[in-house]
Amino acid sequence: MSPLLAQVEIRERDDTCVADNGFCPDWIADNFDRYVDPFFQHVLLTVVAMGIGFAISFTLALVAYRRRWLINPVTQVTGVLYTIPSIAAFFLLLPITGRGFLTATIALVSYVLLIIFRNVLTGLDNVPADIKDAGRGMGLTDRQLLWRVEVPLALPEIMAGLRIAATTTVGLATLAFFAGAGGLGEQIFADITFKSNVVVAGVLAVLLAAALDGLILLAQRAVTPWTRAVSAA
Amino acid sequence: MNTTIAFLGQFGDAIEFIFNERESPAGGAQVGGLGEFWELTWEHLKLSAAAMAIACALSIPLGLWLGHIGKGAFLAINASNVGRAVPSLALIAFFVAYIGVGFENLTLALVLLAIPPILTNAYTGVRQVERDTVDAARGMGMTGAQIVRRVELPLSLPLIFGGIRISGVNVVATATIAPLAGVITLGDPIINVNTYGDEGRLAAAIVVALLAVATEVVLGLVQRAVTPRGLKLEAGGSARRLAIPIKRKEATT
Amino acid sequence: MNSSDSAHTTGPSPLSDAATLEFRSVMKRYPGQREPAVENLSFTVPAGEICVLVGPSGCGKTTAMRMVNRMIDITEGDILLDGRSVKERRPAELRREIGYAIQQIGLFPHLTVSDNIATVPRLLGWDRQRIRARVDELLELVSLDPHETRERYPAQLSGGQRQRVGVARALAVDPPLMLMDEPFGAIDPINRERLQNEFLRLQREIRKTVVFVTHDIDEAIKMGDRIAILRKGGKLAQYAPPAELLMYPANPFVEDFVGADRALKRLALQRVRDVDLWKAPLVRVGEPVAEARAKLGDAEVPYPLLVDDQGKPLGWLSERALAGERVEAELRSNPKPVLDIDDVLRDALADLLSEEAQYGPVVDHRGAVTGVLSIEILSHALRTDPEEVPSGADAL
Repeated sequence: MSPLLAQVEIRERDDTCVADNGFCPDWIADNFDRYVDPFFQHVLLTVVAMGIGFAISFTLALVAYRRRWLINPVTQVTGVLYTIPSIAAFFLLLPITGRGFLTATIALVSYVLLIIFRNVLTGLDNVPADIKDAGRGMGLTDRQLLWRVEVPLALPEIMAGLRIAATTTVGLATLAFFAGAGGLGEQIFADITFKSNVVVAGVLAVLLAAALDGLILLAQRAVTPWTRAVSAA
Repeated sequence: MNTTIAFLGQFGDAIEFIFNERESPAGGAQVGGLGEFWELTWEHLKLSAAAMAIACALSIPLGLWLGHIGKGAFLAINASNVGRAVPSLALIAFFVAYIGVGFENLTLALVLLAIPPILTNAYTGVRQVERDTVDAARGMGMTGAQIVRRVELPLSLPLIFGGIRISGVNVVATATIAPLAGVITLGDPIINVNTYGDEGRLAAAIVVALLAVATEVVLGLVQRAVTPRGLKLEAGGSARRLAIPIKRKEATT
Repeated sequence: MNSSDSAHTTGPSPLSDAATLEFRSVMKRYPGQREPAVENLSFTVPAGEICVLVGPSGCGKTTAMRMVNRMIDITEGDILLDGRSVKERRPAELRREIGYAIQQIGLFPHLTVSDNIATVPRLLGWDRQRIRARVDELLELVSLDPHETRERYPAQLSGGQRQRVGVARALAVDPPLMLMDEPFGAIDPINRERLQNEFLRLQREIRKTVVFVTHDIDEAIKMGDRIAILRKGGKLAQYAPPAELLMYPANPFVEDFVGADRALKRLALQRVRDVDLWKAPLVRVGEPVAEARAKLGDAEVPYPLLVDDQGKPLGWLSERALAGERVEAELRSNPKPVLDIDDVLRDALADLLSEEAQYGPVVDHRGAVTGVLSIEILSHALRTDPEEVPSGADAL
């Protein structure tokens, strides 16, 4: 049992900085385009997984909001999916969906389901009862109340869930290469002992997570203007 | 229909792999069987437990203290946000590249991974203790340390264990890629598929999944056990099932 | 109010500007409970009147109110709005024709004041211009500046302002009936008084049928044209105008609930504008002293009252102010308590007592002095023949 797989060497032997396994800016500048494709694969994986995950869990949450008996079963199932480590998930799916983007996406989607389901539900449950009473008393139907009052007021919580989902998905997507879906993890894995490589790929992943987090935060500010209104006298 | 039988067959093979030894596809050594899996699982658990123990020893006192004095909110709360953004693979890779392989180095990496949820939750756990309760305790003449020990700690145990639960599952999951750093855990059949074969890889995946779920369940039971009865009656039923009570906004998920 | 703005833009039910409301043997029983929450409740509210439902907690007053707009289902009996059963209408449709104001107000935090008020008009499909005009009209009606308040969020308003927006929102489509559940309950006592007065002023203008729930008998007497006192189990103890309640309580429960000091409670039925005020000797700075002294001559107060250009009271003048040729601004005391012409006599009495004053200037809604009210006048009012005592909004 060998501790490390035989890896593809990506360094060139004659560069002294590289041979010493230091942090080599020159090498990074020269080889930066190695990281471009994996980066975009990473972005694609994250965005697609989040989109599908959100669509599924948001719908589930809306249904469970009215039919409370669903909350428990859905939470348990999504909870189990959340607990299964993504690598294990990739290979459990392998016999069924094979290697590639689909497998990785399914595993990533199943991970975000619990986060978003729970946050949407919490957000909706936190809408004060008197506001719902006033809305119904004014003549809003259940559906109008949901879309015009409850969902908007739940947005802060929902967006918070999206942010958490985004950052964790970026992290998990680094392992997606195990499922044959590429991503920045593939680059890390290609030469795991070479400092420059690890740092670049790692930093890119962290930057991506931070960027998505920031973007969603900006979106949250944009759609919830009332949360910033300072109480005036 | 054929694919169904086929993948059932693959799962069947994988289960078989767990129980019976066979020859490695790469030739030479014997692989598989309960004995081997037990060794791998044991190493996996050893690594995880070591990392968790150290992480708890570091973050719980720190979190409790920061929460008690009310300082360091930025650090405590953003620790989780930052921690979430760093992919585990990158962390391991960073350690391998800069610090080297081996059990101790890897444990250190996993400790870093495990700290943020526990720290954030310990901090939040103390902060969410009702001010009136702390006030009453102070009024009764308890010193700071006594307040932490007798009031704030017990009341924040549920949240702390929530954090331990999250970290525990994360660490067990990340220990799967430990072979990249030279520690042979259950991830070995997954990473070194040539040695173990496809059934071996699938078998390891199954065991890892079961191990993670078991960790979650066990820590969940512990969390429930340490929740003071008064709090259990107060909180709703669903709060128990998740790592974090639903209403706490600051706590990590 | 123009009938063009009323609730029935299109649609099957032509409701008048103010509707009559009838409770007909209404009962509400919750499953599994032995005692009904509301039992055999029958009374009629004439159009344009305020009916106050009052009683101890648990008496079913809120339950009764919420059955009108079907927020709670009627177990037995019926409620008729302008002769039509509320059970016939689809709930959401029915509610859009009834104004609804609750204690916690329930403004939508994510909408501006303007959007909050526009909620039901939008549901009914009004066009944007009509909505905008109506929002401004309503804001002015509740004494809020449209320009300043329109784009604010509820979080940026004070409690009193929120309450007014809540009332404006309830009035948005000019509904023929208003339901108000302790609407001023969450406000501090000082502002509550002001809001009560303003609402009564409003009611004088728009004359809606209102069902008003409160636990405070004093508020009931002040606000109601008719009062329905309920006892535990939703049984009607007495249904009568306030004066009748005070003078001829139907049973010991009512007598007890209304309180022994009925005479003073009667003071809640008359307003400052109802009694003959003393003439106020008003002078302005720079006026010839001779004129000022002349005014003082036939006044019942010993000192002249200094007012500004708009007639607002600044204070009572001292002798030194009249020493020279022209009146100077030398005050011996501030003008407190300044009484509002729409104040009920009871509140005016309380204000006089708290300032330890024998009298105080009375101002109209613009703040200009119209006369002086004194303790003497009040004690005379206490001895006035009960038959002459008018009820709540009629007094306005």
